Amino acid sequence: MDISKEKLEWIYTTMYRIRRFEETMLEQTLKGNSMGVAHTSDGQEAPPTGICAHLTDKDWIGSTHRGHGHCISKGLETDKMMAEVFGKATGQCGGKGGSMHISDFSKGMLGANGIVGASIPLAVGAALTAKLKGIENESVGVSFFGDGASSQGVLHEAMNLASVWKLPVIFACENNGYAEATPSWYAVSAEDIASRAEGYGMPGVVVDGMDVFAVYDAAGEAIARARAGEGPTFIEMKTYRYHGHFHADDTSKYRKPEEEEYYKNLDAIKHFERTVLKQKLMTEKKLKSIRDDIEKEMLHAVEFALSSPMPDISTLYDDVYVNYSNPIAGLR
Amino acid sequence: MTTSQTNPLGPGYEGVAGSEMRFRDIFRDTLRAEMNRDDDVFLMGEDISGGFDKDTKEPLDAWGGPFAATKGLVQEFGVERIRDAPISEAGFVGAAVGSALTGMRPVVDLMYFDFVTVAFDQLLSNAAKSRYMFGGQTKVPLTLFARSGAGTGHAAQHSESFYSMLAHIPGLKVVVPSDPYSVKGLLAAAIRDDDPVFLVNDKKLINLTGFVPDEDYVIELGKGRYMRRGADVTLVGMSYTSVVCQKAAEQLAEIGIDAEVIDMMSLSPFDEDILIESVAKTNNVVIVDEDTPRASMASEFAAVIADKAFDHLDAPVKRVTSPHSPVPYNSALEQEFMPQPADVVGTVKNLLGRE
Ligand SMILES: Cc1ncc(C[n+]2csc(CCOP(=O)(O)OP(=O)(O)O)c2C)c(N)n1
Ligand SMILES: [Mg+2]
Repeated sequence: MDISKEKLEWIYTTMYRIRRFEETMLEQTLKGNSMGVAHTSDGQEAPPTGICAHLTDKDWIGSTHRGHGHCISKGLETDKMMAEVFGKATGQCGGKGGSMHISDFSKGMLGANGIVGASIPLAVGAALTAKLKGIENESVGVSFFGDGASSQGVLHEAMNLASVWKLPVIFACENNGYAEATPSWYAVSAEDIASRAEGYGMPGVVVDGMDVFAVYDAAGEAIARARAGEGPTFIEMKTYRYHGHFHADDTSKYRKPEEEEYYKNLDAIKHFERTVLKQKLMTEKKLKSIRDDIEKEMLHAVEFALSSPMPDISTLYDDVYVNYSNPIAGLR
Repeated sequence: MTTSQTNPLGPGYEGVAGSEMRFRDIFRDTLRAEMNRDDDVFLMGEDISGGFDKDTKEPLDAWGGPFAATKGLVQEFGVERIRDAPISEAGFVGAAVGSALTGMRPVVDLMYFDFVTVAFDQLLSNAAKSRYMFGGQTKVPLTLFARSGAGTGHAAQHSESFYSMLAHIPGLKVVVPSDPYSVKGLLAAAIRDDDPVFLVNDKKLINLTGFVPDEDYVIELGKGRYMRRGADVTLVGMSYTSVVCQKAAEQLAEIGIDAEVIDMMSLSPFDEDILIESVAKTNNVVIVDEDTPRASMASEFAAVIADKAFDHLDAPVKRVTSPHSPVPYNSALEQEFMPQPADVVGTVKNLLGRE
């Protein structure tokens, strides 16, 4: 396998961090410590990890309502992410965005997004910036979106744009089989969403989204193409979300236990462990020490979020504009 | 079944047969009644079937539709008339307009009010303008509904109350129920109306209960109503702020201020007469709106009052609105964002020079 030892460790750390962040966040949300709606992405660790393994802070990603995995893969700190979910002043957006809007512009993360499909053209725009500045080789744009989002017109417009302008974009479709309770076999008219790429003049590939090595390889090729100025690629990753659509959703109302079992057997983290142990690329001791570190990190994140202060009420009026001459505060 | 002793419908409604119902239940019952009444009425929206069984292809109704607003309807009417749509708001709202232009009476569930912007072109350029620009040849009997409002931790992109943007559009009608009674009458009226009507439903109302008469009735589009009679000041509410105004009126009563509360119910067309009539009596008015203040309904009502009831005013027209900002996530900030009864009480006290 042609992945460095450091990269393998990074991949494992990142996937395990996503898994444990989501589980911890969900537990905290059900305890009432979050201030609002939260969508978990455990089960879907491989797509963002395998893709972002090829990126640096100069590359940009656009994310979705299910964005924690994207954030973590792009290097955001779990302390500040948890604090944001808890609505605290120390959160990534000062408590004003919440789970659905975590972002970090210093890390090339264009923000989780609550409008399905809305972030797709943002990554195209980031790629346009790179092209205009002549830095395609070091700054590509990756749009993460779901099977449900693939029905939005904006995806199709963005794909055509990216192709016409030959932009360094990766359309990263995380097909987890469902949009809310609606199965993709009902709502998507193509067997493989990636087949749509052909109509927009770009390569489209389907990969096993429970296998981080497969994602890593496909993404490596696509990103190399983008960096070389050869334009966009569409990657569809077939994956599965372990929990409900949002924190209070009961999947038993629309998914069969056999189906959930099937995907849990394909678990991306387990698959990674089996592979690296079998090929003697990492030791069980190393894997365990990574897991132990993450457990500590999660305890710290919760502690940090719980003990952080609430935002000052006056921040309600901050940052509506850079500059605006009327009072914002309303008419009371 | 109970009969009302006192109810928000006011004098004349005592003894009317009806029952105490949740907003969401009467909403669904009204949809059902309208679908039974007219075979051309059908519903479309995302997740409205709540998933499908992989083997039988039968709808599962797992969610009962967004906000459980349509629970049971897919079993009752089938997947043709309770039509599950992919996440393609521009596409299916446009298809609804096309279907309305050709003889059907579509009803669209847009889930969160914020998502209307994805379909805005179809609403503005097609639904609202077809009748006019085609010289009256056609009509668009389309109904849309969606949930608005802050207060549930949904943050900036799922909490809008920008109904003023819709009311701004000639050709489109906009209604905002504030309780179970008004949602029954307004939803029925919207579906039976031959123009496109948008019903905006604040999330904070969904689980509230109230008295609903059993009889079939519609509330005339463009009419407001008195929720409470008073002599000292008029409080004007719409959607959830009608509830805020009633709470404020109760608090004002405790300090000897007798407030009148108007619930506008319709935003376009809207009831100018009730505003003028009430202000002519109380000589003071506070308009309460969760929408942001610039170019808002609050501003529009204030302009009408300033224009047509100026001579009756003892003091400037006051507006209590959200700040000119998106909705924040943090719950304390969110509460600060929303107009609260205390804000209304404070404004009234200032207005009347009371401390
Ligand atoms: C424009 C818009 N329409 C509808 C919604 C409501 N909604 C939120 S997530 C979601 C399903 C998205 O499915 P998918 O794209 O497959 O992503 P997943 O949730 O599976 O990660 C829907 C319908 C929304 N947020 N924005
Ligand atoms: Mg999905």
